[in-house]
Amino acid sequence: MKILVAVKRVVDYAVKIRVKPDKTGVDTQNVKMSMNPFCEIALEEALRIKEAGFAKEVVAVSIGPPQCVDTLRTGLAMGADRGIHVEANSSFLPLTIAKILKSLADVENPGLIFLGKQAIDDDCNQTGQMVAALLGWPQATFASKVVVLDKDKQFATVDREVDGGLETLSVDLPAVITTDLRLNQPRYATLPNIMKAKSKPIKKMTLEDLKVDIKSDIEIVEVTEPPKRKSGVIVSSVDELIDKLKNEAHVV
Amino acid sequence: MKKMEEVEEKATKLADRLGLRKDYATVLLAENSWFSDMIAAIPWHCPPPVPGIYSLHQLGCPSDHHRPLSFTIMHRFLLKLSSSSTNPLRNSKFQRLILPSLNLFASGSPPPPSANPYSADSFRKSRAFSSKSRALGVRCISSEAGREAIEYDVVIIGAGPAGLSAAIRLKQLCQEKNTDLSVCVVEKGAEVGGHVISGNVFEPLALDELLPHWRQEQAPIEVAASSDKFWFLTKDRAIPLPSPFDNKGNYIISLSQLVRWLGGKAEELGIEIYPGFSASEVLYNASDEVVGIATKDMGISKDGSKKETFQPGVDIKGRVTLFAEGCRGSLSEKIIKKYKLREEVNAQHQTYALGIKEVWEIDESKHNPGEVIHALGWPLDPKTYGGSFLYHMNDRQVALGLVVALNYKNPFLNPYEEFQKLKHHPAIKRILEGGTVLQYGARTLNEGGFQSIPYPVFPGGAIIGCSAGFLNVPKIKGTHTAMKSGMLAAEAAFGALHEGSNMNTYWDSLRGSWVWKELYAARNYRPAFEYGLIPGLAVSAMEHYVLKGKVPFTLKHGKADHEATDLARKCKPIEYPKPDGVLSFDVPTSLYRSNTNHDHDQPSHLRLKDPKIPEKVNLPEYGAPESRYCPARVYEYVEDEEGKPKLQINAQNCLHCKACDIKDPKQNIEWTVPEGGGGPAYSVM
Repeated sequence: MKILVAVKRVVDYAVKIRVKPDKTGVDTQNVKMSMNPFCEIALEEALRIKEAGFAKEVVAVSIGPPQCVDTLRTGLAMGADRGIHVEANSSFLPLTIAKILKSLADVENPGLIFLGKQAIDDDCNQTGQMVAALLGWPQATFASKVVVLDKDKQFATVDREVDGGLETLSVDLPAVITTDLRLNQPRYATLPNIMKAKSKPIKKMTLEDLKVDIKSDIEIVEVTEPPKRKSGVIVSSVDELIDKLKNEAHVV
Repeated sequence: MKKMEEVEEKATKLADRLGLRKDYATVLLAENSWFSDMIAAIPWHCPPPVPGIYSLHQLGCPSDHHRPLSFTIMHRFLLKLSSSSTNPLRNSKFQRLILPSLNLFASGSPPPPSANPYSADSFRKSRAFSSKSRALGVRCISSEAGREAIEYDVVIIGAGPAGLSAAIRLKQLCQEKNTDLSVCVVEKGAEVGGHVISGNVFEPLALDELLPHWRQEQAPIEVAASSDKFWFLTKDRAIPLPSPFDNKGNYIISLSQLVRWLGGKAEELGIEIYPGFSASEVLYNASDEVVGIATKDMGISKDGSKKETFQPGVDIKGRVTLFAEGCRGSLSEKIIKKYKLREEVNAQHQTYALGIKEVWEIDESKHNPGEVIHALGWPLDPKTYGGSFLYHMNDRQVALGLVVALNYKNPFLNPYEEFQKLKHHPAIKRILEGGTVLQYGARTLNEGGFQSIPYPVFPGGAIIGCSAGFLNVPKIKGTHTAMKSGMLAAEAAFGALHEGSNMNTYWDSLRGSWVWKELYAARNYRPAFEYGLIPGLAVSAMEHYVLKGKVPFTLKHGKADHEATDLARKCKPIEYPKPDGVLSFDVPTSLYRSNTNHDHDQPSHLRLKDPKIPEKVNLPEYGAPESRYCPARVYEYVEDEEGKPKLQINAQNCLHCKACDIKDPKQNIEWTVPEGGGGPAYSVM
């Protein structure tokens, strides 16, 4: 069985970001980028399934500018067998990404598609669900416990972290699984593995190859910083509180 | 007794079979069980059918005892392995590795361990086997006791200006002489340039020599210095003075950006750069020569136990190892101590300063690209050496910083807070108003100059760049000299590896180069300030306009920085104003702008040699200076359960500046390297 893992190149989680002066987006020039932490967890889980013998190959996919190849190399260094880079010059919204992944799935025929539950730059939490819908496959999102595959590789058991607690699902394969934080601890890419990864193949594909329509129905109008949080005020009595709520905050 | 006899017997048999010296065989068998297992597993009776492999006779058994034991054993092992009929590797790609390795061990004569560490013999003899193996581009990978070892011709620690210049120069020499050397650069930052921070008004002298066409290759060097302003600051005024600097022909750059560009150039030449790997240990061979470094184990939790993601470090071995860790490099300091490199040339101790810097994006109307401003005086007192700088880069960015010499006396001095004060000075405030801070960072720099340069060559390699200390203090430039030192070391290393000369030529070429001339002429500026600000300025003026270093004497540095701190009871505490959040900020806000981070679940990389000293000495006698000079608030005294103050080390905040390693009064704090990839992420510094 093949496992397809989608990884996204995002601004590193420890970097302080700022909005571009023209308000068209976040300034990503000269900013440290790395693999989305949830995608690392997804890749780690795929590798563990492969090491447990349930899968033959782990393929990492990334969609974006040429620098995505660095992210793919990190994935290969962690243990993925090969990479696919879909070239794209602008950043895409989840639906377009989902369409691209659907085309890829039609070509590659994986038994499982792993994604991170969300990307830390847009926090959309949509791509995994959309891919499953486009493919007509079952989905298990927010996976938080080790995914166990049945011996005949026909279905998987996934624990999901939901608002009310934990939910255990059984999904028929092929399926889409998105990973949550507590699923595992991603492994380090060791130096020898980084060296070996240099020789692993990364296939370049274009949007034309995949015949995907990238016209988006959504347009980003403006990006601004959230308003600065005002400091709190300590009131001396209940009357003062009511007065402030009525006259200053206008909520009463 | 009986066991010893058995071992002796086995050893004799082995010695005969392999043509080894009996005492070697005894030692091997007695102390290495893996060896006896290996010997027992080898099928001794198969003839070697693999073509191109010398037979034992052709090698000449009797001369074996001149060759290092390891070579002999390795060769025999490979021979037997390749010849065995049950050889699983016979038709695999690994056979490719064995053949050339066998040639390697069979043909040349590897260097005998020599008593004289600077012997030319050891490098000369290695010429034959080196060119053969490297021509095949084989990198030897072996495995030993849990740690993998990877071998290169040259290993460089630190992908900064010096390290990358050395790597690039090596590959250039290879291209000129039509040969090849494998070069590996390890870097503890997550990205090349991530830990690089500097003023920086760049003198392109060394870059012109290294990459003469940098102007046509999109180097991030665009803003030419257009004016040199020099101010004497009082609390309210900025008094212009004649500038001691002449930056015509220099450029205002972000060194982090330049290093990234150099990294790209290096990778184009085939240099292997591995960011995210910290060199934590120096590796020595049996003759106490440096043979490489070991990267730090990853995945050890705070209590020292191995996490499930544990990965042991890797031994990276080089025939030449160059240390380019920057100012107060952790491994370089160990090497300097071990081989007594300062005593070797009667050098003085190194003296340091702490530089704290911010990059601001300011109002278009206030921006004047190319403007260079240096200032002395306020907020520092006349007894503390230091100064400030403000450089206008492009894209509406300015680089602003304060440099404080670390031999200051008052333990209550807080360089970070002094920097915040500086920003409120009317002349500075005027420029910054309406702007925003992009990044913050801090790093120590060398101020010892000529008097503190150690002998930079040791058995197995050399020290380059600020780890040795080539910063020109009156010019406040160290990038060009660091790059040149890297280039000279590369030339020496190439000579040693390829032409059989000796690493000592690095020292000779340094002394014959413009680096030496510059540092010699600049040697008396800084030490003159030991006598005070006015005498210092007077001597500087004399040196600059009249003497230019041509005096027969060399002034000496005062006490070492950590010894210069006075006791707290003798000094006045300094009251610092609260940050206003617009021009001045608290440490956590600034720290956030440095993008610094470390995995929190790892042992603290800041080691206390004696854990009791902070509470017993630092706090009562010196008023806990580490809680003041650290620009990242790593050291904090908090109350424990009994209400007594206890030192808390917030290692996660560390900016890798090394101020604590330098300034701790009892030298109790040792800065060691954390897991690779941690630390600041500078991009425009």
